[in-house]
Amino acid sequence: MVGAGHAGLAASHFLRERAIDHLVIERGEVANSWRRERWDSFRLLTPNWQTRLPGHAYEGPDPDGYMTAKEVTRFIEGFAALSRAPVRTGTEVTSVRAAGDGYRVTTSHGEIRCRAVVIAGGACNRPVVPPFSEAVPPSVRQLTAFDYREPGQLPDGGVLVVGASATGVQLAAELRRSGRPVVLSVGEHVRLPRTYRGRDVLWWMDASGVWDQRHDEVEDLARARRLPSPQLAGTPERATLDLNALTAMGVELVGRWAAVRDGWALFSGGLRNVFSLADLKMERLLDTFDAWARTHGVDPGPAERLPPTRVPERARLRLDLRGGEIRTIVWATGFRPDHDWLHVPVLDDKGRLRHDGGIVDHPGLYALGLPFLRRRRSTFINGIEADAREVIAHLAGHLAARAR
Amino acid sequence: MTTVANGVNVQALLEAREVLKGAPEAARFVWRATSTWRGGVHSTTTVKEFYGLGQERSHKSEAVFDADHPEVFAAEDQGITPIEYLLVGLASCLTAGVASVAQNRGIQLRSVEATLEGTHDIRGILGADPDVRNGFDDITVTFHIDADASQQDIEALVAQSQKRSAVFDALTNPTNVTVQVA
Ligand SMILES: Cc1cc2nc3c(=O)[nH]c(=O)nc-3n(C[C@H](O)[C@H](O)[C@H](O)COP(=O)(O)OP(=O)(O)OC[C@H]3O[C@@H](n4cnc5c(N)ncnc54)[C@H](O)[C@@H]3O)c2cc1C
Repeated sequence: MVGAGHAGLAASHFLRERAIDHLVIERGEVANSWRRERWDSFRLLTPNWQTRLPGHAYEGPDPDGYMTAKEVTRFIEGFAALSRAPVRTGTEVTSVRAAGDGYRVTTSHGEIRCRAVVIAGGACNRPVVPPFSEAVPPSVRQLTAFDYREPGQLPDGGVLVVGASATGVQLAAELRRSGRPVVLSVGEHVRLPRTYRGRDVLWWMDASGVWDQRHDEVEDLARARRLPSPQLAGTPERATLDLNALTAMGVELVGRWAAVRDGWALFSGGLRNVFSLADLKMERLLDTFDAWARTHGVDPGPAERLPPTRVPERARLRLDLRGGEIRTIVWATGFRPDHDWLHVPVLDDKGRLRHDGGIVDHPGLYALGLPFLRRRRSTFINGIEADAREVIAHLAGHLAARAR
Repeated sequence: MTTVANGVNVQALLEAREVLKGAPEAARFVWRATSTWRGGVHSTTTVKEFYGLGQERSHKSEAVFDADHPEVFAAEDQGITPIEYLLVGLASCLTAGVASVAQNRGIQLRSVEATLEGTHDIRGILGADPDVRNGFDDITVTFHIDADASQQDIEALVAQSQKRSAVFDALTNPTNVTVQVA
């Protein structure tokens, strides 16, 4: 197993259940990404009652609250202890190669031979930043979501936040609250209300079965896997953090950042359409919830509809990056996994892992914890149980066939 | 879906998408136009040949477009204004998109009309005010669509057609343009 995040540990749990000998190799500590790769005010956007792993669930007093990164770390540590996972911390996997009918794994502390490898190194190892960031004038400071900790770390003055998914809207709100002028560059996004008809919107995703949609069921899996995270934040007030909320706070919206020319940032003039796409998609999803509620005799509260996303009177199409208005750019343009250590020919021309529901295109190689791996909920902590159970069942079948 | 007849061969487009996914070279097209000055601000532009799917190709026949300025610009008005061609391009691209997406979604169209308005402050091109840009400051497209679908589905058609439109992209996003003297 590569990685002791919740995915690697869940795999370990099911391997132990089947009495299959294994090791979990972790470069840092258990739950490393929650310790090192989140900003200070970070909270999960999934409610506590949904933070569940095989045989381990939240038992505190606030099931509808949202965990801080520290609490998630503690939760995952608790799971590791409970399932007595054989974790080797402080050990980095530097190479995985096919060898005989198994794999040779090179680590910072020597080599390991094994019959199967589960890639659980995480889907969000590297922030993705567009190539034109290199053309940004040096007078503007650039940060990614990995570098960002809190507003005080930034110079005074304006901030351009790029990307309006979960990370981008949360950081834009926090930076605006710190008193800074904030411009948010908005491309395609997923709009959701925090609560709908009196319940957390993720309660609906869970209950209505939308989250259980399988990878072999959706029409366009490649698109579903690319879907950005929803505009949601886990706050004690359970407030909606859509673009209207940000506009009300005084955040200025501009279109998708398309290019840098002569020190100017150029934004798309297609803002209105990304609003329409997101509004229409949200309406359809809420219709699905209403239909589900009707057929299941559930009536938690009257149907609601949100007002359409407010289009700015005049969205700016360009912004002078040398003019001093913007002192910092925060890139919230997504993350990607790091597979540099994987020396097995299983990556496509875009560097993505070729796999069918976690069964990688090479016997004995598996993956867990990637977006929409087997289900829509795969991206989330609560999605790992079913995925890991099924992937490990396949792995056990593979080992049994080899042994025969 | 088979009962819908908008006249778009969506099957062929979907097959092309699958084939071209793994063949980026074949997917490279080059569109061409040639223009000749006719005198005054009048010019004619012809379009016939293009390159795509790995070879030189040609339209069935050559198309000729006259461009001029209207009489209020003290010109002879032997054709539409160049910037109006952008509206022609945008209207036809979005309409093609609406028809294709409708076909793909099994929506029968009865009529699709679009009205376009581009507002333009000509002080820019006249050099009368350096703060005014040369191009359009706003373009509004209004669709009137009669189809076997809900208002919401029709709005989704129009949104999707923008998402996949070449001309919408070319107008809303910057493009590198090189103009040279041979
Ligand atoms: C900003 C952000 C917010 C999120 N919010 C939520 C949320 O609200 N709710 C939710 O359910 N999910 C959320 N997620 C998604 C998901 O839960 C996380 O991405 C989660 O960290 C994935 O778990 P994992 O075990 O697959 O990977 P990780 O937790 O990233 O674990 C992978 C582990 O592998 C280790 N590793 C990587 N490479 C190597 C190597 N070569 N050798 C050895 N060890 C290695 C890493 O150190 C790490 O400990 C969020 C993700 C991000 C990035």
